[in-house]
Amino acid sequence: MKDLMIRGADIVVKTLIEENAEIIFGYPGGAIMPVYDALYDYHDKIKHVLTRHEQGAIHAAQGYARVSGKVGVCLATSGPGATNLITGLADALIDSTPLVCITGQVAAHLLGTDAFQETDMVGISMPCTKWNIQVRSVEEIAPAIAKAFFIARSGRPGPVLIDITKNAQTDFGEFNYVPCLGFRSYQTKIEINKSDVQKAAEVIDAAERPYVLFGQGVVLGKAEAEFKAFLDKTGIPAASTLLGSGALSQDHPNFVGKLGMHGNYAPNMLTNQCDVLIAVGMRFDDRVTGDVKRYAKQAKIIHLELDPAEISKTVISHYSILGDCKDSLALLTEAVSKNSHPEWLEKFRELEREENAAVVQHDITPTKVGLTMGEVIHQVNQYKADDAVLVTDVGQHQMIAWRYFNYKKSRTQVTSGGLGTMGFALPAALGAQMFDFSRQVVCVVGDGGIQMTIQEFGTIMQTKAPVKVILLNNNYLGMVRQWQQMFFDKRYSFTELDNPDFVKIAEAYGIKSQKISERSDLNEAIEDMLIHDGPYFLEVVVEKEDNVFPMIATGCSVEEVRLS
Amino acid sequence: MKRYTIFVITENFIGILNRITIIFTRRGINIDALTASESRIEGIHRITIEVTASEETVVQLVNQIEKIIDVIKAFYHEDDGVVYQEIALYKIPVSKLDGGLEKIIRQHNAKIIAAEPDFVVLELSGHKEQTQELLEILKGYGLLEFARSGRVAVAKRMHTIDSYVK
Repeated sequence: MKDLMIRGADIVVKTLIEENAEIIFGYPGGAIMPVYDALYDYHDKIKHVLTRHEQGAIHAAQGYARVSGKVGVCLATSGPGATNLITGLADALIDSTPLVCITGQVAAHLLGTDAFQETDMVGISMPCTKWNIQVRSVEEIAPAIAKAFFIARSGRPGPVLIDITKNAQTDFGEFNYVPCLGFRSYQTKIEINKSDVQKAAEVIDAAERPYVLFGQGVVLGKAEAEFKAFLDKTGIPAASTLLGSGALSQDHPNFVGKLGMHGNYAPNMLTNQCDVLIAVGMRFDDRVTGDVKRYAKQAKIIHLELDPAEISKTVISHYSILGDCKDSLALLTEAVSKNSHPEWLEKFRELEREENAAVVQHDITPTKVGLTMGEVIHQVNQYKADDAVLVTDVGQHQMIAWRYFNYKKSRTQVTSGGLGTMGFALPAALGAQMFDFSRQVVCVVGDGGIQMTIQEFGTIMQTKAPVKVILLNNNYLGMVRQWQQMFFDKRYSFTELDNPDFVKIAEAYGIKSQKISERSDLNEAIEDMLIHDGPYFLEVVVEKEDNVFPMIATGCSVEEVRLS
Repeated sequence: MKRYTIFVITENFIGILNRITIIFTRRGINIDALTASESRIEGIHRITIEVTASEETVVQLVNQIEKIIDVIKAFYHEDDGVVYQEIALYKIPVSKLDGGLEKIIRQHNAKIIAAEPDFVVLELSGHKEQTQELLEILKGYGLLEFARSGRVAVAKRMHTIDSYVK
């Protein structure tokens, strides 16, 4: 009997393997050492990537989860190791990224005694996890991990944390893995209400200027094909949120651009002119709606959404279809009549031409001396593969990269949307690349954000992940500076940066690097970077005080979107 | 702003109360009273929360509570949709117990539930207005200690907890 008993730490690793986890991003320490000891025996079955900081580990797990559609796994020790995960947990919760994070904890008999590296991780992580649990005995380990994976990936995905005391890891128990298939307090399968679909279809059929907004729900629901079929049949113009980008190829004739504060001109303007607004898998974030009191008041709003708490949370919907949009879109497509809206679509194209003349031309084919962020991304488009993943940080470069990157495939967009986490990009790009070395992963980052997690160059060095990092350096915390210019009377309070020699840093990590500041070098530099076999760091010195436009200033309505 | 009673039917899971209360904290909403106890089904707890807010806010709160993984069901009622009681205990020095006080106890339907050499404990169940009225009176009788529970309530609507627990 005794030989059937294995250590709790081995149960942790064996359960992860049963859950099809292929890779763990983590950082060892005292209270998680038994699990690390177990990993030593299973290194042929499950990979582990040693990041340089726990925040790097969780952002890497997020990047991995976002491109793979699988659950990202993250491992850290108790105390500071665990608390370093918090930013990533909050980020993953607001962006619906499935994660299972395992933290070590002091032995059960020491709980509550302020033992070395003890922290109340379950308490601290409660507001930023979908679910969490403390495991204090070996018997609880396998069921807790199985339940965690089920919760993380089902319904609206999100991060889950399991805090395992050290005694549970070192005690012996039987390995009895049973997958979790559901439990009574958590309903994941929502039957679509057919009469809701019928009502929505009637409203859509009667609409003269219907308009679709799509978010990450289409990606998370694996509903890209159903979504495209819906647009093909109805001919309705469609615009994406930040995280929805990629769910529909930008080549699709109905794609009209991107929504929100720094989105495109037409999609924002015409939100207040449509007669029916169909929101698919998006949550009306304030960066999308602007002033919600003046948002689409003329329109009948139809919301297709999986999370009941999102329906009428910020924008009241007149009709809603609760459930997985993969199911609801299919039913809705069946129920609507074939249609087209050429004149309405042309209104979008008209405004698009205005934006092109006022903004886009100046960004991608500038006449000014300094390089613009827009022309860099435009060049990336010329050379990138269709399924290239764009990973961005937070700020001006993020908005510009999103605006100009040509999204063609689903799961090519990795960025910190809801939380706006600076420092996200470099580790997230590493994680995205670890899923598939053969896929292009382009990481675009600013000179502020890169310095928040720059230590992850070390992980890129060690894993040889062929990430292509483009630093758009304007020696400013550019987005804050833009706001200071526009709304704070150009009082540039603590936004200018004295920066290190980034190329030297990257080279010190053995990463092939180049720095350019001339337009004439841009083309070749991008091409060199993308064909390079291995990680590459390209620093592009850009215009110091460029601004991102269009812009909907805080408190303004979507129709007050500014072109300059 | 109105007074609402929120019912939460939940698994008995460590930390569940914390998960519920942070939903209020995050939105800067004060919980007027809260009681938690095992329901008539073993392993399932029933939490009753009293809150003063607008209906839109209460709807959001209930939606967020119901989103908690271990919560089975949450719903809300206005005061006239529930039958509710609170219990109050009053500790009075024995020296103050005279004919006047006995009359007050009878008038308010309070009960003496404990008598010690130095003090007696009165109990009154009712709505807050009633327990408060007695409190104000007893302050004149050397009140030593006062404690009041949150409300326990049952809905007037005819359905049972079993319909949520499959």
